[in-house]
Amino acid sequence: MIFHTFLLKYGEIGIKGKNRYLFEDALVRQVRFALRETDGEFTVYKKQARIYVDCDGAYDYEEVTEKLRKVFGLVGICPVVRLEDKGFEELKKEVVSYMDEMYEDKNITFKVESRRSRKTYPKNSMEISRDLGEAILEAFPEIRVDVHRPDVTVHIEVRDEVYVYSRIIPGAGGMPVGTNGKAMLLLSGGIDSPVAGYMISKRGVGIEATYFHAPPYTSERAKQKVMDLAKKVAEYAGPVKLHVVNFTDIQLYIYDRCPHDELTIIMRRYMMKIAEHFARKDGCLGLITGESIGQVASQTMQSLAATNDVCTLPVYRPLIGFDKQEIVNVAEKIDTYETSIQPFEDCCTIFVAKHPVTKPNIDVIRRSEERLNEKIDELFEEAVRTVEIIEIK
Amino acid sequence: MREIYLDNSATTCAYECVGDLVRKVMCEDYGNPSSMHRKGVEGERYIKEAKEILAKLWKVQEKEIVFTSGGTESDNLALIGAARANRRAGNHLITSAIEHPAIINTMRYLEEEGFRVTFLPVDRYGRIRLDALKNALCKDTILVSVMYVNNEVGSVQPIQEAAGIVKAYNKNILFHVDAVQGFGKYRIYPKRLKVDMCSVSGHKIHGPKGIGALYIDSNVKIKPIVFGGEQQKNIRSGTENVPGIAGLGLAAKTIYENLDEKVAAMRALKEHFIEGVTQIENTKIHGMYDETSAPHIISVGFAGIRSEVLLHALEERGIYVSSGSACSSNHPQVSGVLKGIGASQEYLDATLRFSMSEFTTREEIDYTLETLKEIVPVLRRYTRH
Repeated sequence: MIFHTFLLKYGEIGIKGKNRYLFEDALVRQVRFALRETDGEFTVYKKQARIYVDCDGAYDYEEVTEKLRKVFGLVGICPVVRLEDKGFEELKKEVVSYMDEMYEDKNITFKVESRRSRKTYPKNSMEISRDLGEAILEAFPEIRVDVHRPDVTVHIEVRDEVYVYSRIIPGAGGMPVGTNGKAMLLLSGGIDSPVAGYMISKRGVGIEATYFHAPPYTSERAKQKVMDLAKKVAEYAGPVKLHVVNFTDIQLYIYDRCPHDELTIIMRRYMMKIAEHFARKDGCLGLITGESIGQVASQTMQSLAATNDVCTLPVYRPLIGFDKQEIVNVAEKIDTYETSIQPFEDCCTIFVAKHPVTKPNIDVIRRSEERLNEKIDELFEEAVRTVEIIEIK
Repeated sequence: MREIYLDNSATTCAYECVGDLVRKVMCEDYGNPSSMHRKGVEGERYIKEAKEILAKLWKVQEKEIVFTSGGTESDNLALIGAARANRRAGNHLITSAIEHPAIINTMRYLEEEGFRVTFLPVDRYGRIRLDALKNALCKDTILVSVMYVNNEVGSVQPIQEAAGIVKAYNKNILFHVDAVQGFGKYRIYPKRLKVDMCSVSGHKIHGPKGIGALYIDSNVKIKPIVFGGEQQKNIRSGTENVPGIAGLGLAAKTIYENLDEKVAAMRALKEHFIEGVTQIENTKIHGMYDETSAPHIISVGFAGIRSEVLLHALEERGIYVSSGSACSSNHPQVSGVLKGIGASQEYLDATLRFSMSEFTTREEIDYTLETLKEIVPVLRRYTRH
C-alpha cells in the first residue's frame, strides 16, 4: 500500500485557546525539522485544524513514521491514501480494495466516518458513510459493522481528492518543543541525564546542555560520547546547544584545598553555578538534572539540598522519584542506553572519595568553600571564558 | 602544537611513495586482475611485483604467498584453515598465553569446533617457556603458533628453538608465526627457521591498512575460510585488494632498505629513553631491554598513575602513546600479557607502551622524557582515595 500523505493529530494543543496558532506553528516547524534529512519531498502544512505531510516522490514509509513518532505534541500519525475523484462507483471499488489490502483477516468490526469539505459533492457525509459501508459489507462476508466500538474506523474525507485512512500510529505525546521556553541540561555521559533532558523536552521545552570535561582525566572519547548522547536527545528536542566546560583546574583546586570527603558535593555546587551562568546568558528558564533521590551519595536529600543551595533558577529533576530500572527503561526506549554504558570515565568519578559525605551540612560545606576564596573566582572566569560551544543538530 | 607519534605498534604513517602508488593504482591502474583485457593484466602485474618483493625478502617461492585483509585475517586463515585441513592427524593445538587477540580468540573459537588448545606460560621477560612447549607436545598435536615479537612488551620469542623442538618431536606438526610486530624490524626467513606459515600486516610497516599477507609453505595442507570466486588459487577468494597489495609490496621493500642502520638507530633511542625514564621514581620497564628485545617497543609502568590519565596528559602535549595494546584498548581491562609476565599489581593498570619507528628522532625522545619528568609527579599528587 502506498500512502501519499500523513495526517497528524495533536492533543493538548486543542485546549490552548487563542495561543493555538503558536502551538500549531511550532508543531509544523518541529515536523519539518524532524524530516529535514529524510529522503523524499515533504510538504508540511496546516489546514482546518490539522497538520498534513504530503509526500512526493519515493520515500521510505518506516523511516518517515519513525521520524514522526519522535515529534512531541503529536498524539497520532495517520497514513493516508489519496484517491482521484472519478465518481462514487469508482470510489466504492477503491475503498473495497483498500480494505482488502489493509486487513488480511476480515473477521473484524468496522464503521465508516465521512467528512465532506467539498460541499458540491453529490452525496452528503451520512450517505457517503452508509453507501461505502454497504459496499464493504457486500465485498467481505465475514466483516461486521459496529458503530460504537469498531476494531477499525475508516475515515473518508472528500476534498479535491478523496482521503482514506484507518490506521493511527501512536505519537510521542507531550507538547511541541519551543512552546515552553528552554532550559539548561547538565549532561554527563551517564544513563540518567539524557533521559531527564528527554522528559523535560517532552513538555515543549527546548534544550541546551552543559558538559564538564576534565582532561587528562577524561578523554576525547568521553566527550564524543556526550556529543552522541546530545544528538540522540536532539532527535526529540530539536537542535541542542552544547557547552563543553574544561573543569580540570577547578577540580584540582578543590582537591588541594578542601576535605576529600566533601569533594563531590563542592564540585557539584560549582557545576551548578557554571551551568546556571550559561543558562542565564542564553535566556534559559531553569536547570535540568538527572538526579534521583538516594541513587548515589551526592543525591541524598541532604546532598540535593546542598547542591540546590547555590542555584537561583529553578532546578527540574524529572527522574527524582524513579528507580534505576525505570530510568533504564526510558533510556532504552529513546536509544541512549547503549551509548551511555560505554565505559569512559566521567569527571564525577575521577577523584571520588571512598567514603564521601552522605549527609552534608550546608554551613559546613560553605565554610569549606571559603578555603577556595583565593583563586576560585579567577578559575571560574577562566572555565567560562574557555567554553567550547557545539551546535548539535 | 607539535606531534610526536610514539604509537607505531598500533599503526604507522604510510611512506609518501606508498601513498602515491596506492592512489595511482586506485585511480588509474584500477583493472580487476581477473579481467581478460589489458587493464586486468596491469592489475595482475602489481600483484606479481609485490609477491616478488616478499618472496625475495623471505627467500620463499612466490606461489607460497597469499594476500589477505590484514594480520587478523592471516592469523585466522593460518589457524582455522590448517587446523581443519589436518584434523585427521590430530586435534591438539599449542600457542602462548601472550599472543595477540587475533590468535587467542581464534584458538578459543577452534576449541568450540572441538580442538584442544594448550596456552604456554611465559617467563618474566615475556618469552615462552621452551620446557613447557616440550611437555605440551603429544601425538595429537598438529599445529603450534607463536608470535615473533610481542606487541605489548616487545619480547622476542625464540622462534628457531621452538620450531626446532616441534619439528624434532614430529616433523609433520605445522609451525605458524604471527610476525606482525617483527616484520620490518627483523630479517625473517621461514624456511631456515622451519616455519610453515607466517602472518604479516601492511600498516605496521608504513604501508596501507586493510592489507596483509600469509606465507604458506607449499607442503602445507590448508582449507579456505572464505568462499567466492576462487581467486588466489582458491585459498583466499575475493577480488584482490590491488592498491593495498601494491602498497604492502612497496612498503616492505622500502622498510628493508638500510634495515640495519634503522634498527640500530631505534635501539639507541630505546636505550636512551630507558635511561631517562628510569630516572623517574617508581617506574618499571616490562620485559627485556637489551639486544634480545624488539628495538622499537618500550613498556613502562608508572606506579600510582592510571595509564589512561597519563596517556591523555601526554596527548595534551602532543605525544601519542598506547596503554597496553592499542588493538584492545577499546575494552579497558587489565592486560593479559602483563599478568602473564607476572607484573606486580601496582603496574597492571599503570603501564604505557611507547613504540617508535624509523622516523622517531632523539629530539622527540628528549621532549617526551622532559614532559614525563614534569607531569608524572603532578599526576601522582592527585589520586583517588
